[in-house]
Amino acid sequence: MTAPSAVGDRVWIRATLGELMSRRDLLYMITWREIRIKYKQSVMGMLWAVLMPATIVAAGIVVRYGYSLVAHTPLAIGDVASVSVRAVPWAFFVSSIRFATNSLIANTNLVTKIYLPREIFPVAAMLSQLVDFAVAAVVLAIILTVLKVGATVQLAWVPILVLILLLLTTGLSILLSAASLFFRDVKYLVEVVLTFAIFFTPVFYDASMFGPWFSVLMLNPVAPILESFSNVIVAHTAPPLPWLGYSAVVSVVLLVTALSLFRKLEPYFAESV
Amino acid sequence: MTDIALRLDSVFKKFRRGELYDSLRDLLPALAGRLLRRSRRQALAPREFWALQDITFAVPRGEAFGIIGANGAGKSTILKLLSGIMRPTRGTLQVNGRLSALIEVSAGFHPDLTGRENIFLNGTILGMTQAEIRQRFDAIVAFSGLEEFIDTPVKRYSSGMFARLGFSVAAHVEPDLLIVDEVLSVGDYLFQQKCVQRMNEIMTGGATVIFVSHNLRALSTLCARSLLLERGRVVQVGPSNEVIKSYLSRGQEARALEPDRDIRITQVVLGKPGEARVEFETDDFLEITIEAAARSPHEDLSVVVQIVDDNQYPVFDTCTQRLGAGPLALNAGETLRCTFKVQLRLAQGTYHVNAYLHRYVTDRAYERWLSAATFFVAGTPTVRGVAHLAPSLIHCETRTRAAPPVAADPVGLISSP
Repeated sequence: MTAPSAVGDRVWIRATLGELMSRRDLLYMITWREIRIKYKQSVMGMLWAVLMPATIVAAGIVVRYGYSLVAHTPLAIGDVASVSVRAVPWAFFVSSIRFATNSLIANTNLVTKIYLPREIFPVAAMLSQLVDFAVAAVVLAIILTVLKVGATVQLAWVPILVLILLLLTTGLSILLSAASLFFRDVKYLVEVVLTFAIFFTPVFYDASMFGPWFSVLMLNPVAPILESFSNVIVAHTAPPLPWLGYSAVVSVVLLVTALSLFRKLEPYFAESV
Repeated sequence: MTDIALRLDSVFKKFRRGELYDSLRDLLPALAGRLLRRSRRQALAPREFWALQDITFAVPRGEAFGIIGANGAGKSTILKLLSGIMRPTRGTLQVNGRLSALIEVSAGFHPDLTGRENIFLNGTILGMTQAEIRQRFDAIVAFSGLEEFIDTPVKRYSSGMFARLGFSVAAHVEPDLLIVDEVLSVGDYLFQQKCVQRMNEIMTGGATVIFVSHNLRALSTLCARSLLLERGRVVQVGPSNEVIKSYLSRGQEARALEPDRDIRITQVVLGKPGEARVEFETDDFLEITIEAAARSPHEDLSVVVQIVDDNQYPVFDTCTQRLGAGPLALNAGETLRCTFKVQLRLAQGTYHVNAYLHRYVTDRAYERWLSAATFFVAGTPTVRGVAHLAPSLIHCETRTRAAPPVAADPVGLISSP
């Protein structure tokens, strides 16, 4: 029984990570359970992993096509590739947040009856979506190869971009899962925001299309990540470094804040569900 | 490693009645207060109450320790604090070693997964590693007796099978500290016996055991020391027999007729006047004396006495009316006193006495006192259940196939067959 230490951030972060490490079998099993349940008694199976990004891409192509009609420019292959490259991480982000927000409430039984490090639930929710992300990414890689998008040294950025995306998603997942345990409003709020967030985030479009408003759009910490994916995979240019740095800082700060808040609120979970 | 398995040091736990928060206006300051760690203050806000107050005790490594108390005394809260589900409002709590609770053994099951998958899932939830489960898998399945159904989703299991699988997983955790809370009503008789044997194995293996039960005989056999909890406070810690004795006699204290009450049962005493007792043998005679007082005249009373078993299941009741007395009268300042005499044709166990004052004609209750007194029937080990039907064996022979030997139940953990 180690209470969160007020001495310094490092101490409790180490304690939290240590606890998660010592129960990594549990993290694995809960993640495995989420995946297993999702595909049990489902006809489409792994196709589901591709369905959501594919729908986003289809919508993106429609938007892009309309844009090209208005601008009197032909719809380029690069545009379609760019939308696809943004759609896959966006689908992961949205479904992770949606799933993780409910993860503690969905596991009320375990939260109130057995002691476990409860961070496991939002993290497992995120990890189970990561599997879908991986499947979709493989499909995307095949499509991009067929479209002859080509590869350059810029692809080395991809793991870093994925890492920042993971940090951001994990931080938000942990924060929202705890918040929704205390206020059920959070769940509906998240639904509304996620439904319309695609319009505020450069998925269907490039942030640069908005000229002077570029900076405003990039304040959304997801935006620089998606822009970077498109840059390094499709345009073969460097990511917008200052903005990517901004995303990385926001992600880390958010994750640390989320873990700290979660740890402080955790003793009240069993009484507050 | 210390010699103390667990230690509680002036632990307090505060709960709140009713809805947690009525509005955002309540909640935001409360959350802010929690984050600023002001919530550990001692004062109670409106509607808050202490579920536990100043709980201090320590259990040495390897000891079996009992916790006794009426429903609502705070036993479950202590267990929740021990297992880390909740944190104390004040005070410190120290648990050394891996803890396993035989409380919610099936909580981790997912209905859509098969028995095999759930063994792995629930096993990790209860604290085993994958490697440990793989190693003990066959033993777990054999223990549950569900070999044929192990690849069937547990949603198709009967509730008995579900509970058996849950207990089988939990029984193989091999903890340093085991918490047992009345789980042994799981499954059929043979399965219960297996559970008892397994628990004895765990205990002889050197684990510390915290045993919470209403089964006082099992408790006194298993645990050298016990703690008596009453309304969230420790009343006594000591040798189990002494603690059980004071638990059983606690109910025989008189109650006052409070100013806001019109009529009240003020005392329920077991045994002859002047020699109250709480331990009996089967077939002993028991006198139950019930006293009542009132602030205004009543003329249509009957007194009902009910005996319930440990699961609050009624065993017996009778009343003055049925025994031939007419409507009883009670004036302000007077005391109504009735003494019933019953013969305890009961099997061994713990029983509670409920007393009621009814309106004679309509049988409507004016006043009741549940678990006003508790007694213990020592009985003979030949009988299980509630009724003692005085069995004897008049014929018994062996045919070609021998009947399976009945395993011993040395501590009498199994409450009912």
